[in-house]
Amino acid sequence: MTYEFLQHYWCFIVSLLGALLVFLLFVQGANSLVRSLGVTEEGRRLVINSTGRKWEFTFTTLVTFGGAFFASFPLFYSTSFGGAYWLWMIILFTFVLQAVSYEFQNKIGNILGPRTFQFFLVLNGIVGPLLLGGAVATFFEGSNFIIEKGNMIDTGAITPIISRWANASHGLDALLNPWVLVFGFAVVFLARILGCLYVMNNVNDDEIRDRGRHSLLTNAVPFLILFVAYLVHLLLKEGYAYNAEGIVFMEPYKYLNNFMEMWYLLILLLIGVALVLFGIGKTIADKQYFGGIWPAGIGTVLTVLALLLCSAWNGTAYYPSTAELQSSLTLQNSCSSEFTLRTMFYVSLLVPFVLAYIVYCWRAIDKKKLDKEEIRTDHAY
Amino acid sequence: MTNLLLNIDAGTIDWSRAQFALTAIYHWLFVPLTLGLAVIMGIMETIYYRTQKRDDKSAAMFWKKTAQFWQKLFGINFAMGVATGIILEFEFGTNWSNYSWFVGDIFGAPLAVEGIVAFFMESTFVAVMFFGWNKVSRGFHLASTWLTGLGATISAWWILVANAWMQYPVGCEFNPDTMRNEMVSFAEVALSPFAVSKFCHTVTSAWIIGGVFCVGVSCWYLMKKRETKMALESLKIGAAVGLVASVLAAATGHKSAQDVAEVQPMKLAAMEALYNGGTDVGLTAVAWVNPLSQPDYENEESAPLKIEMPYALSFMATNDLHGYVPGINDILNGYTRPDGTKEPSVDEKIEMGKQAIEALAAYRKAKQEGADETTLNAHLSLLASNMKYFGYGYIKDKSQVVPPIAVNFWAFRIMVGVGCLLILYFALLLVITHKIPFLTVFTRRLLAALGLIPETEADGYEITNLPAWHYWFAIALIPLAYLASESGWLVAEFGRQPWTIQDMLPTWVAVSDLQSGSVMLTFVLFLILFTTMLAVEINIMLKQIKKGPEL
Repeated sequence: MTYEFLQHYWCFIVSLLGALLVFLLFVQGANSLVRSLGVTEEGRRLVINSTGRKWEFTFTTLVTFGGAFFASFPLFYSTSFGGAYWLWMIILFTFVLQAVSYEFQNKIGNILGPRTFQFFLVLNGIVGPLLLGGAVATFFEGSNFIIEKGNMIDTGAITPIISRWANASHGLDALLNPWVLVFGFAVVFLARILGCLYVMNNVNDDEIRDRGRHSLLTNAVPFLILFVAYLVHLLLKEGYAYNAEGIVFMEPYKYLNNFMEMWYLLILLLIGVALVLFGIGKTIADKQYFGGIWPAGIGTVLTVLALLLCSAWNGTAYYPSTAELQSSLTLQNSCSSEFTLRTMFYVSLLVPFVLAYIVYCWRAIDKKKLDKEEIRTDHAY
Repeated sequence: MTNLLLNIDAGTIDWSRAQFALTAIYHWLFVPLTLGLAVIMGIMETIYYRTQKRDDKSAAMFWKKTAQFWQKLFGINFAMGVATGIILEFEFGTNWSNYSWFVGDIFGAPLAVEGIVAFFMESTFVAVMFFGWNKVSRGFHLASTWLTGLGATISAWWILVANAWMQYPVGCEFNPDTMRNEMVSFAEVALSPFAVSKFCHTVTSAWIIGGVFCVGVSCWYLMKKRETKMALESLKIGAAVGLVASVLAAATGHKSAQDVAEVQPMKLAAMEALYNGGTDVGLTAVAWVNPLSQPDYENEESAPLKIEMPYALSFMATNDLHGYVPGINDILNGYTRPDGTKEPSVDEKIEMGKQAIEALAAYRKAKQEGADETTLNAHLSLLASNMKYFGYGYIKDKSQVVPPIAVNFWAFRIMVGVGCLLILYFALLLVITHKIPFLTVFTRRLLAALGLIPETEADGYEITNLPAWHYWFAIALIPLAYLASESGWLVAEFGRQPWTIQDMLPTWVAVSDLQSGSVMLTFVLFLILFTTMLAVEINIMLKQIKKGPEL
C-alpha cells in the first residue's frame, strides 16, 4: 500500500460515510414533514416513533464522519471547523436539539411541552440538511480561508494560528453563494423525499402512506429542478486542480473532465440517479409499492459518493480556498502521516462487520411494521 | 516571539476554555449514569433471563418489570450524553484549530476508532434494547442490553486514550516539514499506562454513580412505602455494584496518583498545595487554601493550618515512605532526583523551548532557500536536542506553568473524601441487609449503640421501616457523588493547565482564529441550552420515578 493509495482509500471511506449520512438524513426529512404526514396527534406520534428508531444511526454516522475526517485529514478538520465556525455551530445546535427531542417530548414532566420538541425536530429537519448540503457544496465552490503553517514559529506573523478565515462571518458567507443554496436546498428536498419513502415503508397506516405519496410528488419536483441545475453548473464550471508539485490552478470543466477520466464514477452517478428516480417513480405510480426507500436510498449513497470522490480524486483540490488558491486543501497536503493512515486502514476493516450487525438489528426491529397498536402498548416516544 | 503571543486575543482563549469546560462538565453529568446504570440494568435483565429459563413465571415477571424500569431511567438520561458528546468532538476543530493540526495525526485516530467500534455498537443495540422486547428473542435482547453498556464502555476507553495522550504524549515524533507531531506507535498511544489507569479509575467511578443513583431512588420508594420489593432488590444490587466500584476506584485512584507523580509532578504539587517538596512528605488532610485566589507559594513555606498524615504523600507518589516528592518551587527552580539526575528549572526549559522554535524556523527558512544538507542537519540537530521543551518556548513567565492551586486542592479532597464515605456507606448497607454470620449482628448492634439505626429485640433489622432521615441521607448521596465525580475531572483538567498537551502546546497556541465575541456568544447559547435541557431531564426523571415502573 503506497501513501497515495492510502490517501485515496481514506478519501473513499470518508466519502462513503458522507454518502451514508445523506441517505440517513431521511430522519430529518420525515421530521420536517411531520405535520403534513401525521396531521393528527396520533399520526404525528407514528411518524416520530418511526424516525425515532433510526435517529441514532444518523447521529452516529455524523460523529463517525467527523472522527474519520479528523483522523485522516486533520488539516480539513482544523481549517473548516475552526474557520466556518458559525456554520458548524448551527448544525451542531440543531442536532443537539434533535437528540433530546425524541425522549423528552411525550414524557410526563416535560416542562417545555411536546410542541416545543416537535418544533425542534422540524427545525433540525430543515436546517440540518440545508447546512450540511451547503457544507458539501463548498467542496466545489470554495471557502474563504488562508493557511500558513509557518505562523506558529514566525515572529513576524499576524497570528500564530495556522488556519485563518479571511472574513469575519466565519462560514455564514458560504450562504451568500447562490449555488451553495441551490445544492443545500436540493439536499433538503432529497431528505424529504427519502423521509416520505422511509415512513411509507416503515409505518403500517393507509392514511400516512397516502399522504406520503402526495408529499413525495411535491418534493420530487423542486428536488429535480435544483439537483439538475446544480449538476449542470458543476459540469460546466471551472474547477480546482493541482499538479505533481502540488501547485493548485484553475482548470476549465474540471469536474466534467473528472467524470470523463474516472468513467467508473460517472457510471456510479448515473446508476445512483436512476435508482433515486426509480424509487420515486414506482412509489408514485404503484399504490401497493412501499419499498421505494431501498432503491432511492442506495441511489442516494451512490450519487453522493460519486460527487464527493469527484471533488477530491484525479488531482482535484477538495476544499478550495477562494482567498488564496495555494491554501486549497488536497489529499496530499492535508492528510495524516502514512503510518496513521495505514494503522487506520486496518481499523477500517471492521466496517463491514459493523454494517452487518446494523443490518441484522435493523431487520429484527423492522420486520413488523410500526402501527398505532404498538404505540399504545409498547415502548414509544 | 513576543509578537506571537501578543497577537492572540486573550478573550478567545478564556472563552474557548470556558466553553470546552462547560461542555465537558455537562457531558460528565450524563455519561457516568449511562455507564453505571448499564451495569445495573444488565444484572437485572440477566436475573430475569435466568428466572425465565427456570420457568419461575412470577419471579420472571418481577425482574422483567424491574429491568424495564431502570432501562426507562437510562433512556431519559442517555440522549443528553449523546448530545453533549457530539459537541465535545467537534469543539476540538471549532475552538482548537491549531491543536487539531498540530497533533491531529495522533489524536484523531482514537476518535475515529471510537466512532467505528463503539458508537455504532451503542446506538444499534440501544434501539434493540428499547424497542425489541416483543421483537427479538430473550437471549438476543439480553445480549443487546449488555452490548449497549459495552459500547458505551469501549467509547469511554477510546476517548480516555485520547485524553491520556494529552496528559502524557507518547508514541509520536515531531515532523519539521509538516509542522506537526506524527504517530509512530499506535500501541504506545492506545495502551499507554496513563490511559489504562485513567480508564479503570474513570469507569469504576461511573459505576459508583450508577450504584448511588440506584440506592437513592430505591430508598425514596422505601420511604414512601411503595414498590417495596423492587426497591429492596434494586437497593441490594445497587449497593453491591457501588461497593465493588468504590473499592476498585480507590485502588485505581492510587495508581492514577502515581502516574501523575511520575509524569505531571506540577499537578500533584497543586493537588497537595505542596509548595516545597522533599523526602518523607506527609499527605495533607486539611489546610487553609483560599479558594478564591492563587496562594503565595513563592514565599509561604506551606499552606496554613495544615494537618497531615506523615509519610503518606511520599508513599502515595513513590510507594516508598521516604520517597522524594517535588513541590511547586522545586519544579519552578529545578531539582535533583534521588538517583542524581537533574530536572531543569522552568526558566531553563523556556530557553530551550525558544531555541527549539528558532531552530525550526531557521530550518524551514533554509529549506525554502535550498540550503545544503549540512546546514539543514545542524538546524534539525538543535531542534531535536531542545524538542522536549518545545511548548515552553511559548511561556513568557515561569508562573504561567503553575495551575490554579485552590481548585486542584479542594477538588481532590472532595473526590477522595466522598469516595471514602461511599465505601463505608455501601459496605454498611450490604452488611446490614444481608445475613453474614457474626458480622451482620455485630454491625447492627454497633450502629444501634451509636444511635444510627433503631434497636430491635432479636437483632432484626427492617430496612423497609426506618426513620426518614436514613432514606434522605441515601438520596442526598446522589448529588454528593456527582460532585465528587466532577471534582475528579476538575483535578485532571485544571491540574494540567496551561497545557493542552503536556509540555508541548499551551492553550494560547492551540486555539482557533476567532473573535472572542463569537465564542462568548456560543458559550452563552450552550449554557442556556444545556441548563434548560438538564432542568427538563431532571423533572422528567423525577416524574418518572414518582410514576413508578408502570408503562
